[in-house]
Amino acid sequence: MTMIDIPSTIRISLRAIRVNKMRSALTMLGIIIGVGAVITMISVGSGARQRISEQISSMGSNLIMILSGATTQGGIRMGTGTQPTLTLGDAQAIQRECPAVQYSAPTHGGTAQVIFGNQNWSTAVTGTTPEMLYVREWQLTEGRNFTNDDIRSAAKVCLLGKTVVENLFGGIDPLGQVIRIKKVPFTVIGVLESKGQSPTGQDQDDVIYIPVTTSQKKIFGTPFAGSVRMIMVKAKSAEDLPLAENQITELLRQRHRIGPRQENDFTVRNLTQMMEAQEQSAKVMTMLLAAIASVSLLVGGIGIMNIMLVSVTERTREIGIRMAVGAKTWDIRLQFIIEALTLSIIGGIVGIIIGIGTSELISSTSGWNTLVSPFSVILAFGFSVLVGVFFGFYPAYKASMLKPIDALRYE
Amino acid sequence: MALIDVSGLCKTYVMGEVKLNALCGVTTSIQRGEFISIMGPSGSGKSTFMNIIGCLDTPTEGSYRLDGIDVRGLSRDQLAEVRNKKIGFVFQGFNLLPRTSAIENVELPLIYSAVSGKERFERAMEALRVVGLQDRSHHMPNQLSGGQQQRVAIARALVNRAPIILADEPTGNLDTKTSNEIMELLVTLNQDSGITIVIVTHEADIAEYSKRKIRFLDGRIVSGN
Repeated sequence: MTMIDIPSTIRISLRAIRVNKMRSALTMLGIIIGVGAVITMISVGSGARQRISEQISSMGSNLIMILSGATTQGGIRMGTGTQPTLTLGDAQAIQRECPAVQYSAPTHGGTAQVIFGNQNWSTAVTGTTPEMLYVREWQLTEGRNFTNDDIRSAAKVCLLGKTVVENLFGGIDPLGQVIRIKKVPFTVIGVLESKGQSPTGQDQDDVIYIPVTTSQKKIFGTPFAGSVRMIMVKAKSAEDLPLAENQITELLRQRHRIGPRQENDFTVRNLTQMMEAQEQSAKVMTMLLAAIASVSLLVGGIGIMNIMLVSVTERTREIGIRMAVGAKTWDIRLQFIIEALTLSIIGGIVGIIIGIGTSELISSTSGWNTLVSPFSVILAFGFSVLVGVFFGFYPAYKASMLKPIDALRYE
Repeated sequence: MALIDVSGLCKTYVMGEVKLNALCGVTTSIQRGEFISIMGPSGSGKSTFMNIIGCLDTPTEGSYRLDGIDVRGLSRDQLAEVRNKKIGFVFQGFNLLPRTSAIENVELPLIYSAVSGKERFERAMEALRVVGLQDRSHHMPNQLSGGQQQRVAIARALVNRAPIILADEPTGNLDTKTSNEIMELLVTLNQDSGITIVIVTHEADIAEYSKRKIRFLDGRIVSGN
């Protein structure tokens, strides 16, 4: 047995491709579209996923939301938040007494008209405590956070979100300026950095924070002393989340004097878990898109097989000549496999370039996030090579099993 | 020892219910350095005989020794190697690879015996020189005349220094003048290099170039043994 001369076999295959330019180009087109589609689809999917995970981290990590309500009155179940039951005291007790909780901040407030100079703007005015910025992992671009003194004295100070600053102040530095919320004058003590959209699509920067006590006593009022709408809690770590939920439930049942057989008058929600579910669904979408695109890759592969089969038939005489002068089974097989591989590799490379180009085009024209990951490139390329070998083998096998005399006599 | 030694060679084609004996009990031997023509009407089995001798086809029965090798029972790849090393083919229709230059056509047997690129080129050029086509080495087959194409095919048969050339109607597609030139080239190769040459032909004047004529009729050798 002599060795198979791989470089010559490659040269033979390359020549066959060159000699049949049009046919080779059309064959490659299938692979190009397949690989391009896989890369584009995965980039759209993983772009969406990246965006969601960015939004999740903009919410703050390890978040728990406590809403008042969810009570049953005479058999009628009420929605969350309908029955004000949480208080500022609850919020402070949670941070003080639950070991798994790092920070806890109440929110209280609503929508109000805000005026500065001759500008006015309607926005969410939220009363809270200094802990809010730690819970939300929110930085100030300038100024300072609230102090406990601000809370105690119900000071008329506020922190502004980016959107509010843009709409009220234009180019003026807001720090130290006085704005009026429901006609009450507030001094701007800080500006919040931009967080962008929330996972539900709301503008997180369209917000004004004021001390919770000021909101309760001077702006929105309360159904009963110290009541708040919601408490946001940051657990010490992701592992502590279930523990924190239990500790909070335990503490609030105690504080609200709920008997063993009675239902909670509050609802504890694990925000992070909700967000992760969303991320998971984006992941599923990515896989779905990739699966759809893979079908086109498969079709491209069948195209290669088609062409190779035609090529085998068309070149039966050539195969016969090669066999007559001493080509062995694997010489013939390798020639056709290498031809198929070359087509799929060139098609794969062009497809990668087109796929990257298309995802760039999508992100620049539609504004969607796209992310071309090395993984998707390797996947698509590897798959196209596999397709080449797989669909190239059958025609190669068929060619190699011809009887030399039959191949030579073929007309 | 004879170069080719066949005995009791049979080839039977089964077509539905009918059995067709293309060859039946052919026994002969060919010595090194002979120049033989095989003659006979179409359907007499001469082409089948050539194909079996050339290891392109396998006999149904009988034994065949080529240069001491028992060809029966060899695998596809072993037969390919025998063809590569021992036999040079010349066909009626030239059978050159299309869109492939003369030199690359001649190099083909060397590619399948793993001869390195440089040596391959030199040996192919040498073979083209022997057939007088060294100036046409980079021409494509469709740029060459029929006689030139057949010369390229002869160069391809020479290039791996095979001891035997099998030519199946080598002049069938050529005019008389060119036919004579090709036959003279084969005679020269036989006389100068001692290459054993077996040609199939049905033209009497072509057969005149050979030293021995084997006649086939209905699958049997009727004369020349």
